[in-house]
Amino acid sequence: MTVPAPDSGIHKRVVLAEADIDRALTRIAHEILEANKGSRDLVLLGIPRRGFPLAQRLAQKIAAVDESVDPDLITGQLDVTMYRDDLRRNPTRSPLATQLPPSGIDDKVVVLVDDVLYSGRTIRAALDALADLGRPRIVRLAVLVDRGHRELPIRADHVGKNLPTSSRERVRVHLAEIDLIGGSAVNEVVIEDRP
Amino acid sequence: MKHLLSTQDLSARNALRLLDVAEEMAAVGQREIKKLPALRGRTVVNLFFEDSTRTRISFEAAAKRLSADVINFAVKGSSVSKGESLKDTAQTLEAMSADAVVIRHPASGAPARLAASGWIDAAVVNAGDGTHEHPTQALLDAFTLRRHWARLGGNPSAGTTLAGMKVLIVGDVLHSRVARSNVWLLTTLGAEVLLAGPPTLLPVGVGSWPCTVYYNLDEALAQRPDAVMMLRLQAERMNAAFFPSTREYSRRWGFDDGRLALLDTMGLDDTVIMHPGPMNRGLEISSAAADSPRSTVLAQVRNGVSVRMAALYLLLSGDHHDEQDDEQDDEQADAKDDATDVPAGNGTRTTPDTTREGTHP
Amino acid sequence: MTTDASTTTEYLIRGASILGGPSQDILVRGGRIVALGEDAGASAGVTAVDAEGLVALPGMVDLHTHLREPGREDAETVETGSRAAALGGFTAVHAMANSSPVADTAGVVEQVYRLGLASGWVEVRPVGAVTVGLGGERLAELGAMAESRAAVRVFSDDGICVHDPVLMRRALEYVKAFDGVIAQHAQEPRLTEGAQMNEGEVSAVLGLTGWPAVAEESIIARDVLLAQHVGSRLHVCHVSTAGSVEIIRWAKARGIDVTAEVTPHHLLLTDELVRSYDPVYKVNPPLRTSEDVHALREALADGTIDVVGTDHAPHPSEHKECEWAQAAMGMTGLETALSVVQHTMVETGMLDWEGFARVTSVTPARIGRLEHQGRPLAAGEPANLILVDPAARWTVDPSTMATKGRNSPFRGLELPGSVRATFYAGHATVLDGRLATPRPAAAGAAPTQDVPAWTI
Repeated sequence: MTVPAPDSGIHKRVVLAEADIDRALTRIAHEILEANKGSRDLVLLGIPRRGFPLAQRLAQKIAAVDESVDPDLITGQLDVTMYRDDLRRNPTRSPLATQLPPSGIDDKVVVLVDDVLYSGRTIRAALDALADLGRPRIVRLAVLVDRGHRELPIRADHVGKNLPTSSRERVRVHLAEIDLIGGSAVNEVVIEDRP
Repeated sequence: MKHLLSTQDLSARNALRLLDVAEEMAAVGQREIKKLPALRGRTVVNLFFEDSTRTRISFEAAAKRLSADVINFAVKGSSVSKGESLKDTAQTLEAMSADAVVIRHPASGAPARLAASGWIDAAVVNAGDGTHEHPTQALLDAFTLRRHWARLGGNPSAGTTLAGMKVLIVGDVLHSRVARSNVWLLTTLGAEVLLAGPPTLLPVGVGSWPCTVYYNLDEALAQRPDAVMMLRLQAERMNAAFFPSTREYSRRWGFDDGRLALLDTMGLDDTVIMHPGPMNRGLEISSAAADSPRSTVLAQVRNGVSVRMAALYLLLSGDHHDEQDDEQDDEQADAKDDATDVPAGNGTRTTPDTTREGTHP
Repeated sequence: MTTDASTTTEYLIRGASILGGPSQDILVRGGRIVALGEDAGASAGVTAVDAEGLVALPGMVDLHTHLREPGREDAETVETGSRAAALGGFTAVHAMANSSPVADTAGVVEQVYRLGLASGWVEVRPVGAVTVGLGGERLAELGAMAESRAAVRVFSDDGICVHDPVLMRRALEYVKAFDGVIAQHAQEPRLTEGAQMNEGEVSAVLGLTGWPAVAEESIIARDVLLAQHVGSRLHVCHVSTAGSVEIIRWAKARGIDVTAEVTPHHLLLTDELVRSYDPVYKVNPPLRTSEDVHALREALADGTIDVVGTDHAPHPSEHKECEWAQAAMGMTGLETALSVVQHTMVETGMLDWEGFARVTSVTPARIGRLEHQGRPLAAGEPANLILVDPAARWTVDPSTMATKGRNSPFRGLELPGSVRATFYAGHATVLDGRLATPRPAAAGAAPTQDVPAWTI
């Protein structure tokens, strides 16, 4: 399935197609409900940018199982920009909005949602950001892809797919809510490699 | 942006980015814990050659909310020439490893001089220089105006401009750094700017500014501005033959109770009254006007901290070999972290990220 | 070109283009040009100077130089300033009176004059102050200065305007007694209180206090009328505005005995440069607009403005390494004047080399009453002349200049024209574009005799 991209010399490999992503999210939604023994006190906080639509999708799937759940009321976005440890080493990033559900996060079971887990530094920043916003009872982590190469003692509670990668490769998640490729919305996870 | 010296050289893109970041900073200001770790370990020096407690504490609060260390350096004495020279001061701050210098100076151009001199490597923020500019004041004014304008239009303010807004600036434009910074910034953001004041207090050369000039305040008000910004009349101008007397000034150029009532009569229900402070009540603005629901004076003060947080954050985070295209650079920057893009900019969640698209075949 | 001029007094300049004309040889001996062309045969012991491709011009005469000595020797001395002058192609400079003490007595002008003789690089002619201490209240002892060994003919309070109309009138009248001239620094003081730069579009944006053109023009208008009324001679220093040009043109048309000067920097630079807030562009009168620059060039070409004066004003670096408002006004100019005038006037076709000689040498010498300067390059004339390579290009680097001042606004600019040799009273002060040797004091006479340098 390797498609050499014209011009760029980058090899692209689709590792999760739309149906794979959907299946993985369905499974994660069930795992979350199971681990939490239901939907009580659940709050899903997506980390911008692609964590947020994933959190929305998970909330939809949870609502499909548990009719008492209003997906909009359990979903939020947690911006971690100001808590990153690499602000000085990269070009300036603009922070994005943090939006918590109306219930807040105090004494809640917060599931952080992100697309790719890699070094673990984003999650470290997210935990700090969370601490400034309130005191959840439990914090869990759900990711679509775990590509390894952790630099901090952090692991995900729910993983859509474990992807062994080399650090030279890039894992790209494209979600219809955000990404347009060639004019059409796509859902896929690709690995790019520059030989 | 390496420095923030003037609004004249601030691009629309950078201005909007600053205001958008300020919106996020303002949200932090609503939280119980108002502190962010972004500038932990960085040193911000407030270098004030001129007393201005308001501006200094605003910058101090901004820096502290971002966890920066703040050093206040007040160079005392009415005559700067008798004190330490700007060069020596700058080199002292360089030796102390200041990351940013917030400078207030009675001489126009002193911050530009500091930034260009090579005496110091720090980011320079102009906190008001002589009769030149006061960019953070204009930014907080624009922030205040944008929130007002967006609310009238029923939109969130992030990402929006001042297009279609009509802002009238009244008073001593000649000596006003606030007026200069606002003229450039507000027009950059799409607003239409009107100036009104006595001809003696409008600079020679104002004809080339992107504004309409009125010598008669009531004529200017008849243009139905969406905001009226009253400038402070400095005491030292009052006896320098720029106008016959403060009473005549107040009558002709002050925003008095009669003009406040006029706004109602004209049906200008949404027109706000601004003042950079401190106010000369009863001179350029009446108490009734200053305390009316139209007044944005306190909102301006509040927004000042958010805007200054945004400025310090944007100047001090990140290495500055970028700035042409943040999105593209961010993508590179993300290569290591989580191998996925977190593009900067305030694109809403559902907006297709077209910039990013460009890297895909 | 061969050198070792210290002992040689006879030079054969080969193939120089006199005022841009056909190539000729020039024989210099005993302080004078003794022969031209075919007659300039080589004899034993003569030093040959190859001037192929070079233009021979009369040595430049500056009516407006600040040598800073006595009092501000940290900024410049007569020695360093006159070295800079020689390198810049000058054979005479007028040292402005705003030293410390002010050159308002015979004693001070004679001191400056003697320092010039001792230096030996150019003829140094002191300018006397018009009023005591430049105070603008009482006339200085103009007659005593005129009769001193310095034989002062030019009087000026430069840096400060003689703004009291009565005092100005008296000064104009008084100097008629000894054929003097008042060189006015035209600046109405009330209109320029705290002024920092030209008043106009740029000052409006920069928030720097404006220096209106009318502050200069109103004084010039008054002074030409005063000069007419008392029938005296007026020289207007550093004219900087198009309006001033109009007034002077009008005055000359009416037959008023007025001469005017423009600086090289006002022929090239505009107030746009102030946007950098770099005080190297801070000067009095201020840099004006491009319209003014063009009016000044035209006026210099058509004779409305008579001369180029450098207003060479060196300052120690600490007076420029500061905020704009704190910085001193002034720019160095001796070592760039020729190049800037060539660039702005000759290469634009507005002046030929003869015109160049007129505005940089002949007319300034006449205004200053320097009998041995600005003379034709002809047999029997004093040998004050320079050799210029008009094809040379160089980049201005203030750190390599002979002046102590590093405040050149032309820093980094590439300019045409370089001075290859300067002959001051027949002595080569500059050869191969480098300083050679100063002219021995009083040309062999005992220094105590104090023979004026210009009586060769």
